[in-house]
Amino acid sequence: MRSRLALRFAALGYLGLLLGIPVALVFVNAFQDGIGAAWDAVTTPEAQHAFYLTMVMVAVAVPLNTIFGVLCALAIVRQRFRGRALLNALVDLPFAVSPVVVGLALLLVYGRRDGWIGEWLAEQGVQIIFSTPGMILATMFVSLPFVVREVIPVLREIGTEQEQAAATLGAGRLQTFLRVTLPAIRWGVAYGVVLTTARALGEFGAVSVVSGKLSGRTETAPLFVENRYQRFDETGAYAASVVLALLALATLLAMNLIKPKEAGA
Amino acid sequence: MSIVVDSVSKRFGEFVALDDVSLEVRDGSLTALLGPSGGGKSTLLRVIAGLEQPDAGRVRIAGEDATFTPPQRRNVGFVFQHYAAFKHMTVRKNVAFGLTIRKRPKNETDARVDELLGLVHLEGFADRYPSQLSGGQRQRMALARALAVQPRVLLLDEPFGALDATVRKELRAWLRRLHDEVHVTTVFVTHDQEEAMEVAEQIVVLNHGLVEQIGSPRELYERPANEFVMRFIGPVTPLGERWLRPHDVDILLEPAEGATEAMIDRVTHLGFEVRVELSLGDGDTTWVQTTRGRAEQLELQEGQIVWLRPAHEAAMAPEPA
Repeated sequence: MRSRLALRFAALGYLGLLLGIPVALVFVNAFQDGIGAAWDAVTTPEAQHAFYLTMVMVAVAVPLNTIFGVLCALAIVRQRFRGRALLNALVDLPFAVSPVVVGLALLLVYGRRDGWIGEWLAEQGVQIIFSTPGMILATMFVSLPFVVREVIPVLREIGTEQEQAAATLGAGRLQTFLRVTLPAIRWGVAYGVVLTTARALGEFGAVSVVSGKLSGRTETAPLFVENRYQRFDETGAYAASVVLALLALATLLAMNLIKPKEAGA
Repeated sequence: MSIVVDSVSKRFGEFVALDDVSLEVRDGSLTALLGPSGGGKSTLLRVIAGLEQPDAGRVRIAGEDATFTPPQRRNVGFVFQHYAAFKHMTVRKNVAFGLTIRKRPKNETDARVDELLGLVHLEGFADRYPSQLSGGQRQRMALARALAVQPRVLLLDEPFGALDATVRKELRAWLRRLHDEVHVTTVFVTHDQEEAMEVAEQIVVLNHGLVEQIGSPRELYERPANEFVMRFIGPVTPLGERWLRPHDVDILLEPAEGATEAMIDRVTHLGFEVRVELSLGDGDTTWVQTTRGRAEQLELQEGQIVWLRPAHEAAMAPEPA
């Protein structure tokens, strides 16, 4: 009994020190000058644009990484081909590489002056670095593995029998995927989407390198937070942090709400 | 519809799953593929269903070459050992799946599903999910789902393998009756010889990817093609170099031509059946099954010396060449 209590206390204490207290202090500091000041700080044109830009990151990166993630998981689990192990390992690369390195790597490819294809793209009138496309690429890169990693174990667990049963009942590949496979993996996909969204909302390092940090133009919400903090606008920094935290929380809640109370497997 | 399997071979890497297998399943019959695990029976069933492609050979269903027809267009019903229920769909949606794919009108689909749920005795379960059913109910649902599209042949892969003994026995008898009602050509895989003997009209014995024998249950029991079939189908007891059915050994009180001397170690009364355990001269032991009447008539008792001889027309595998 005592050891069980100790275990619980250790787990909660660890979380409290690492997570609970710091996040709580962010909330406290955001409202130190009152709710009005916090509200004003996050409704300036720069702040609004920063949140808008963050939403654009999410709106593009999440659907694309979800589609890619499901297809990639299907290829890794259901098919046998050369390079399957390599693909499986590559998917984890964004976990392993520091976001700053991701940003620098994108500069090497798309950078205007010395990038691999940046110069050519600039001639065509396409600007990647210091503009939204580059920031979207950086966000996609860092949030790529989540859906794949969530879907792979679920696909393995459901096995192929349901899909084979669907085939013998006359369902083609697409029908089998839409009617049998996708519903069977949907909670894995949903959880992957939540994690992808959270990562896309919060990404700082990689986006920071490719953005150029032009306030009101290439500044996402996390960059806005840093910018405010550097300029000693503590209320602005913490208030924007609170909005970001609430957005992430809302994503988590949304998944728990749509998840029906159906009987388990 | 008839099924013809013609010289089918299939390997998985180095492992030979099917080695030049040929067989014929008559229209409307009930056939068992019987054999030890790894014998190739499931692979053969999956080749017939189109879930595996043979390396060589042909499969004809209803006279048409179906060797390379994808499973979607073979119109076969397939029932898996572990049910392969669509877990996110209700029983009704599961059974209706094939009809939904074929875009049949809703009222026609509903009527057909109701009819099938009646056939498999799941009338009250249409709105449940598979997780709310027992194993036996899930398998009956899977069977209804396979039958919904009026398949040309029904294929069952160890359909009762995951169920407990009582439910197995029930479903066996029920499958037999169902077949009498529906008359669809049916092939099922089993490693249980009793199940095969009880349910099937024709049994195909497969071992190491080879067909050992094809015949009716009685033929296999009484005229096994070889020692493997002899030993796999029914009990055996050794007498000299040969294997005999334990009830095919005569116990004599006097020496006779072709009879082997033995001493009774033990006589066990199991109701109607009496089991006699004996030692042979060379130290080997054997056992013989006889009836209570016969044992009393011979006054068999422990320590007694008797002579054993194969009964007239005893089931025996031919002498190995």
